[in-house]
Amino acid sequence: MNFAVVVFPGSNCEVDTFHTATSVFGQDAEYVWHEMRGPETLDRFDCVVLPGGFAHGDYLRVGAIAAISPVMEAVQAFAERGGLVLGICNGFQVLLEAQLLPGAVLRNNSLQHRAQWVHLRVESNQTPYTRAYEQGQVVTYPISHGDGSYFADPQTLAELETHGQVVFRYCGAAGNVTPEVNPNGSLNNIAGIRNRRGNVLGLMPHPERACEAILGGEDGRGVFDSLVGAMVSA
Amino acid sequence: MTTVAQPETFQPTDAQLREVALSRAEYEQFCERLGRSPNRVELGICGAMWSEHCGYKNSKPLLKRFRDRPIKSAARVLVGAGEENAGAVDVGDGLAAIFKIESHNHPSAVEPFQGAATGVGGIVRDIFTMGARPIATLDSLRFGPLDDPNPVKAARNRYLFENVVGGVGHYSNCIGVPNAGGEVVFAKSYAENPLVNAMCVGIAHIDKIASARATGTGNSVILVGADTGRDGLHGATFASVDDPQASHRGVVQVGDPFREKLLIEACLEALDAPWLVGMQDLGAAGLTSSTVECASKGQSGIEIDVAKVSRREAGMTAYEIMLSESQERMLLIVERGREADAQALFARWGLHSDVIGRVTDDQLVRVMDGDTVEAELPHDILTEPPMYVRDGVEASHIRAARERDLSNLPVPDDLGATLLRLLAAPNIASKRLVYRRYDTTVQTNTVMGPGGDATVLRLKGTPRAIAVATDGNGRYCYLDPLVGGRIVVAEAARNVSCTGATPLAATDCLNFGNPEKPAVYYQLQQAVEGMAQACEALGTPVISGNVSLYNESAGEPIYPTPIVGVLGLLDDASKRCPAKFQRAGEIVALLGETRDEIGASEYLERIHGLVAGRVPDIDLDLEVGVQAVCREAISQGLISSAHDCSDGGLAVALVEACSGPFGIPEDDAAREVPMIGVRVELPEPCRDLRPDAALFGETQSRIVVSLPAASWDALSDLAKRHGVPLYCLGETGGDRVGIAPHLDVSLEASLGAYETGLEKALKGDS
Repeated sequence: MNFAVVVFPGSNCEVDTFHTATSVFGQDAEYVWHEMRGPETLDRFDCVVLPGGFAHGDYLRVGAIAAISPVMEAVQAFAERGGLVLGICNGFQVLLEAQLLPGAVLRNNSLQHRAQWVHLRVESNQTPYTRAYEQGQVVTYPISHGDGSYFADPQTLAELETHGQVVFRYCGAAGNVTPEVNPNGSLNNIAGIRNRRGNVLGLMPHPERACEAILGGEDGRGVFDSLVGAMVSA
Repeated sequence: MTTVAQPETFQPTDAQLREVALSRAEYEQFCERLGRSPNRVELGICGAMWSEHCGYKNSKPLLKRFRDRPIKSAARVLVGAGEENAGAVDVGDGLAAIFKIESHNHPSAVEPFQGAATGVGGIVRDIFTMGARPIATLDSLRFGPLDDPNPVKAARNRYLFENVVGGVGHYSNCIGVPNAGGEVVFAKSYAENPLVNAMCVGIAHIDKIASARATGTGNSVILVGADTGRDGLHGATFASVDDPQASHRGVVQVGDPFREKLLIEACLEALDAPWLVGMQDLGAAGLTSSTVECASKGQSGIEIDVAKVSRREAGMTAYEIMLSESQERMLLIVERGREADAQALFARWGLHSDVIGRVTDDQLVRVMDGDTVEAELPHDILTEPPMYVRDGVEASHIRAARERDLSNLPVPDDLGATLLRLLAAPNIASKRLVYRRYDTTVQTNTVMGPGGDATVLRLKGTPRAIAVATDGNGRYCYLDPLVGGRIVVAEAARNVSCTGATPLAATDCLNFGNPEKPAVYYQLQQAVEGMAQACEALGTPVISGNVSLYNESAGEPIYPTPIVGVLGLLDDASKRCPAKFQRAGEIVALLGETRDEIGASEYLERIHGLVAGRVPDIDLDLEVGVQAVCREAISQGLISSAHDCSDGGLAVALVEACSGPFGIPEDDAAREVPMIGVRVELPEPCRDLRPDAALFGETQSRIVVSLPAASWDALSDLAKRHGVPLYCLGETGGDRVGIAPHLDVSLEASLGAYETGLEKALKGDS
């Protein structure tokens, strides 16, 4: 399949995402510059990834400036047509600011950047991104962010839960979801959510950094295996 | 010919000379070589270029010692010390590893967050200036004790620690370069003068290594990046005088890591352009040193017009523009006629650029302000400051401390409790609290991150990896700079060898007090001698570095603290060796000898409150042998883990190699943590030693390894062949740390002390 990896000024995980899609999974990928506009920008792609980093320095608010860049109109249109849009870390923050996903992220409750490996519980394997996982499977990815505390108003939060839109939750090794294992203060230990339709996914942890044994873990492969599988069966 | 502004009329007062850190004698020498008296702008340029920071006037004669004798692995050196912005070694497949360590001590003492942040920014620019993509930074930090009994001092030390760590993280996280290693040490000597040394490693294609040369008369000089402001004025001279407290926040630059990230991408893209001739970052002394360096390396001249430099504020003088240290700026030499292509490339990355001048062939650096010549100086005068060779004399109180008789020192009754106290000591305890604030995994190269002996980064597209470690020991170098200097290099190399990598080359940052004091000069001279000896023995030439002198406050110098970074190459990344025991039921063995050496140890300071005694001796031949055995054992797949014995001695090294849950839920949650304790018995030769020396003494050239029983004979043969002592100590496994006949403590308590020590010190409940 053909991945579009969007590059904003200040993105810094675009090379990792590109490497994982191409060198690890043998798929095609192209970088798409943030100033690109028009519907044809993304037409040829099967999945658009907004990578991690500090787009526009995260000045003003994390993801805020990137969310109004020209390419985001094309991303919006792509998502409306049902295209697969994946936002990782800063990419998730951009999707929130662009209102392609509900809610917001706040500063980590430690008020510090946190970079560590975390356990995540796969809350739903009914998405194109998680089909390769077992329902409830516990996986390990790295996180690295300063603003990852997911927040939404009570009604939005209730809707997310009701419609099974919470896809990943921070948990312990045994899958226990408790405040102690929450690295950033996210409501309901939320690490990743999807939109109602299921084609847009955003998450703070980095699956692309967990696809090779030499890097300390391969649990992230499930996301790419799911995407490639979704494309084959589509 | 135009005339230089204010010729002959300017006679600087003593105060004006002090402001530019020149002595009256140096001023007179400058006038003589120039053949006239300089104007104010020229004096400022001279002061910056002749400062210790830029000109190395006290250290250069000593640094020559690093090149006295040929070093065998020097064949891999592509760019050596002093040639360019950083050194480079060949790591195979047409790739070069380019690296350097640099200090940002003085700014960090005044404004710790921005001082540390811009320290990272500066060293990263040195690396991508050479055409390398930065793939890792490591930082070596020194502070006063977090648990100082004086609450005011403790609060100040914590403030500096929090903000330096925050600043390092802020900058390196944003630019997407993993901060994947380093060290943090606390001692009273650093309380008013913290040390922030940052190392950066980059990877370049050998045929694309860029140079900072201004060549081709008529080619254009383009300034790219941030506008120029008044920040950082006099930074280079500020770093070359005593007592940072006497200065003020105004000299500290403010960093913009976002702009740095754009510069990295744009400059690396520019490398492929046919119009790029040379590239140089603006660091200490800003436009002054960058133009002088480019002209000097190119054996050409440069003329720039400060009126064409975009500024942050109105009313800046030529003097201020030339000496501004505004961050995130680069100087490019671009082929004449291709300026628009260059500017378009940078504009695409949202970067502003100005064509500010051209390359000439008159060996002069000429600074214009419109039609006025503000300065016109031969670059060779500026790059050849006076050199000082001084006489060093050891301070008598230090000699007395070293010669202090420790034989009557009581051995603690409860050695288990002593071990727990040592494990919780901030200098030994886990630095997880620090590195969990740094992105260590971005770029997907980090094979082994912080917390082990060395950081291991794979080289994508090859089977290889590099291993990098930094090391320093101010206490050793204070008590004996010669032996301390040897040990610092040996330990950094040993850390690299513990991963299986072969050390190739070194970089160093020499942090010392005022060299004009004989006692400090003695330390500098001796430490360099010791380091050079170890570099020769271990085959690791020094290929880059930096000197930070005048680290003093209230007349007291810091511990002499050379920090050494060693880079090694691992031919097969899949054979990397971890520091921790991998499974229960394996043999635990010790490479190297254990002697009766408690002098200068962390144990002596932490438990007995003494900074005294002889520094552990180091036999460089044995060191070479121990490292060789370790590397060969790893490459033959004989051993499962290897961990260097350093601060806290054998007992601490054993605990550090154990693993298990340790009581921090959010971190415990992160990994499946196997419970692997250790049970050993001290071998015969250790039975005659003082128990505290056997357990906590810091005898050098020792590595704790674990291995399956089936590998024992092969390891034994290997050790014999190299003449390296090898002792079987015991076995991995269980939930205790047992070191018979002296102590037996629970694994949970040991790891708990180790993992929470730093946090407790920070909260004041240690």
